Amino acid sequence: MSVSITVGAYGVAFGAAAVANGFTVLQSCLLSLLTFSGASQFAVIGVIGAGGSALSGIATASLLGVRNALYGVIMAPRLQVKGLKRVIAAQVTIDESTGVALGQEPRGVDAMRKGFWYTGIGVFVFWNLFTLAGALGAQAMGDIRAFGLDSAVPAAFLGLVWPRLTGNFERVLAVGCAIFAIAMTPVLPAGLPIIATAFIAIAVGLKR
Amino acid sequence: MTIFWIATIGTSLMAFLLKYSGHSVPERWLTHPKIQKINALIPIALLSALVAVQSFSEKSQLMIDQRLVGICAAITALLLKAPFPVVVLSAAVSSAAVYNWF
Repeated sequence: MSVSITVGAYGVAFGAAAVANGFTVLQSCLLSLLTFSGASQFAVIGVIGAGGSALSGIATASLLGVRNALYGVIMAPRLQVKGLKRVIAAQVTIDESTGVALGQEPRGVDAMRKGFWYTGIGVFVFWNLFTLAGALGAQAMGDIRAFGLDSAVPAAFLGLVWPRLTGNFERVLAVGCAIFAIAMTPVLPAGLPIIATAFIAIAVGLKR
Repeated sequence: MTIFWIATIGTSLMAFLLKYSGHSVPERWLTHPKIQKINALIPIALLSALVAVQSFSEKSQLMIDQRLVGICAAITALLLKAPFPVVVLSAAVSSAAVYNWF
């Protein structure tokens, strides 16, 4: 239940942010239906909204989507599904469904499957309904700055990254990447300062 | 086709391919510790960069405006361990107040 309410809030924020960044209501809803991965969706609308190219938007979103592939690796041997069911399982392989499934691990593989499917499909339904609500709401607003939507978007990103800043190393990386992106914004084409920070993360991860 | 359509379709295709590949490739390909480590760091880097760019720039120009107040409100809310909706709302309300009244 608390997962659903949180997802609903993120969904409204995404729908509103997508429209605020120039996407139509239909495109916002398609992103939630087809991409269905919060961080990737926020990333693509953020990069495009900042004036980046389609390619840099897609690349940033895809780098954030790599973790879903890793979740798939964890879930596949437990789910044992083929054909259409595997396609559906792949689509609902996200932070929440994998997280809940792993939380059920002590209770056995059946409980894990149940947790995965209920969470994945529940979040899918909520996420899409609330995206539509947020997108329609933002469309009705007109000047989004008068409603603070221009600040709600970076605040949503901040809310996404905050729980990941578990130690000093993570915090230094976060602040460093923020400063780097700001410093490079007037110099590099829009979108590239953001993607470039992924390479900082890769370099730091390889060294450590 | 507009940039928005290309981005919508391209992002969706890539997202699904990544998800499906995880369910299909041999486990040992993606469980290397270095890959796990990098995978944990990439979202931190990209999301932090996005926070900064979305807060302090507009079309490749650096800019300080009402969003600074909004992002400070969000940081305060997060430091007070507020839930996500409160974080976003406090940013929106404070930023809208500055924009409308100053």
